[in-house]
Amino acid sequence: MSRSDPPLWRFHGGLKLSGHKSESTGLPVTEPPLPQRLILPLQQHIGRPAEPCVSVGTRVLKGQLLAAADGYISASLHAPTSGLVESIEMRPIPHPSGLSAPSVVLRSDGEDQWIDGLTDQDSAPLDAIALRHRVRAAGIVGLGGAAFPAAVKLNPGPQRILEQLILNGAECEPYISCDDMLMRERAADILSGAGLLCRALGVARCLIGIEDNKPEALAALEAALAASPNPGVEVRRVPTIYPTGGEKQLIRVLTGKEVPAHGIPAEIGIVCHNVGTALAVHEAMTLGRPLISRYITVTGQGVATPRNLEVRFGTPVSELVAACGGYTERADRLIIGGPMMGFALATDEVPVVKGSNCILVASNQELPQPGPVMPCIRCGACTEVCPAGLLPQQLYWYARARDFDKVQDYSVFDCIECGCCATVCPSRIPLVQYYRYAKTAIWAQEREKEKADLARQRHQFRLERQDREKNERAARMSKKRAALEVSDTGSDSKKAAIEAALARARAKKAGVRSDASSTAAPESARIPETADDRARTEKP
Amino acid sequence: MLSAILMFSGLGAAFGLLLGYAATRFRVDSDPVVDQIDSLLPQTQCGQCGFAGCHPYAEAMANGDADINQCPPGGEATIQALADLLGRDPKPLNPEHGEEKPKLVALIDEKTCIGCTLCIQACPVDAILGAAKQMHTVIESECTGCELCIEPCPVDCIDMVEVEQSLDTWQWPYPSTGSSIVSDAA
Repeated sequence: MSRSDPPLWRFHGGLKLSGHKSESTGLPVTEPPLPQRLILPLQQHIGRPAEPCVSVGTRVLKGQLLAAADGYISASLHAPTSGLVESIEMRPIPHPSGLSAPSVVLRSDGEDQWIDGLTDQDSAPLDAIALRHRVRAAGIVGLGGAAFPAAVKLNPGPQRILEQLILNGAECEPYISCDDMLMRERAADILSGAGLLCRALGVARCLIGIEDNKPEALAALEAALAASPNPGVEVRRVPTIYPTGGEKQLIRVLTGKEVPAHGIPAEIGIVCHNVGTALAVHEAMTLGRPLISRYITVTGQGVATPRNLEVRFGTPVSELVAACGGYTERADRLIIGGPMMGFALATDEVPVVKGSNCILVASNQELPQPGPVMPCIRCGACTEVCPAGLLPQQLYWYARARDFDKVQDYSVFDCIECGCCATVCPSRIPLVQYYRYAKTAIWAQEREKEKADLARQRHQFRLERQDREKNERAARMSKKRAALEVSDTGSDSKKAAIEAALARARAKKAGVRSDASSTAAPESARIPETADDRARTEKP
Repeated sequence: MLSAILMFSGLGAAFGLLLGYAATRFRVDSDPVVDQIDSLLPQTQCGQCGFAGCHPYAEAMANGDADINQCPPGGEATIQALADLLGRDPKPLNPEHGEEKPKLVALIDEKTCIGCTLCIQACPVDAILGAAKQMHTVIESECTGCELCIEPCPVDCIDMVEVEQSLDTWQWPYPSTGSSIVSDAA
């Protein structure tokens, strides 16, 4: 790593926040005791929920597939330990709604026995497609928080030419230190994962961005890089400004490039992954292990011993807190995620999932209840700090007035919900709440519009069908009437009909006596009559 | 002078012909205003407005025969959108036509259903599946909640149930604006 500092850029706005990282970095990472029950929601990622492939009562081994990815944007789910599938039912999940979602409940048998055949994979270097398939099979999602399926990000499509990979080790949000600990303890594995990701993407260059408030992590990665030099990989120290860990912000700081509005980094030749994702890729490729656990920070004045834990997915939050010495008297609010972007949990019985990075048990002093909301004084402080370069005040007015067209004109979907605007607002307006409200309301409107279009189409089809049926019926009726009129015009129509019937009867009698060839004629003669009968019965 | 007159008459005639040709060549079959209005209506096809579906109501509105506040399923949001489109003042929903309700879908009690097909004939969007003397069922994703199937059912086996909230349909609530602030509540 060269000591001559390479150029760095700045993104608009941002805040200098007190980090509160050292509280949880004093102790090495441990594993909490294996819980009796693991609750594994089928949707721990962005995309369609996974499709369960085990049934209630199945005995599964650690690392066994529990639910398979359903479609391209989806992720598989594996058993974090061996045990029995107790049920597949609705369970509360860590989500701001507090709703329940279908989950596999796994009762641990305490043996923690790995499934066979994980490691005996061919050692030949895999090509990009095979790497991507293995990442997908391992159920790896972005571990920075968004939990987007990693394999999808490894497939930017043939029309995009990629230049470099950026590994995100910025970890800008206060209190969270899981990536810091991960880089300190697993630096070599992260570099191995970075190499694999580079190979999967077909790029030679990788930048690892780490905020300068993590000197130990920086030193560890530099040491690991010195031990196994790789000319394409560089570790970069970036200034500690919240939210440098945002994907678009880190790309701006490291490369000076702007990701286009509504766009993704691949459009400018960059793919960004979290350091934890790189480690998961390393584990999947070298050990054949699927993603079943992650580092999680348990911190705040509300827990006795704040620290980082390596946690199996599905472990209830209560068990994590217990493993950190339990709640203190100062525990006031339970937050999943950090103080800026996390959300409050109503209960500690929800499990941690792939996207969970921090459990913050905050005291009233750490996260005081917000005071009363005051009117906006148009000071413009929110605009100065917005890292996405938006106009938070305009967004606020329009979201408040439910003017969703205008909110979209002001690019509400480019808001990363970092909370900078709400933090600096002197009137304590919950700005981010307004933007979140507007985003979900717009999605709801779009869903309703789709449904209305479908209903319109179906209604029109029904009207057309009814019309067609009416016309067909009318045509049949007029045809029949015409036929009747033709027969009525004959002078002895009734006599003629009787004659015809007699003729038919005679023919039939003759047919019964004679062989099959002679019956053909009367049979065919009878057909129009039965068709006529059918028309009569259908008459309304 | 004469040449100028001739030139402009010539130009006028040429453009007139061009426009006349364009009017026939690129003729729009349906009235665009009716379609615009129709696209704002919820397509419930319930007939609570007094017309036989959303499109006839849109036609009536375009002709000035119907008011903009006759659609209970659309509620306030639809009235507001119609007012914006037609340049009229928004007004509260006319209670004669019904009241705004949360979104409902029909649910057939399949044990009670006798398979009479009356509800199938009543459904404006073909969202009920079944045949004579066979059990019927509602395709939930296609049901508009119009309630037109309730009345013809001879055994009263159709209920309107609220659509359950899922993770996909959940919305962040509108932030409370802090009612203690007088100027903010205005």
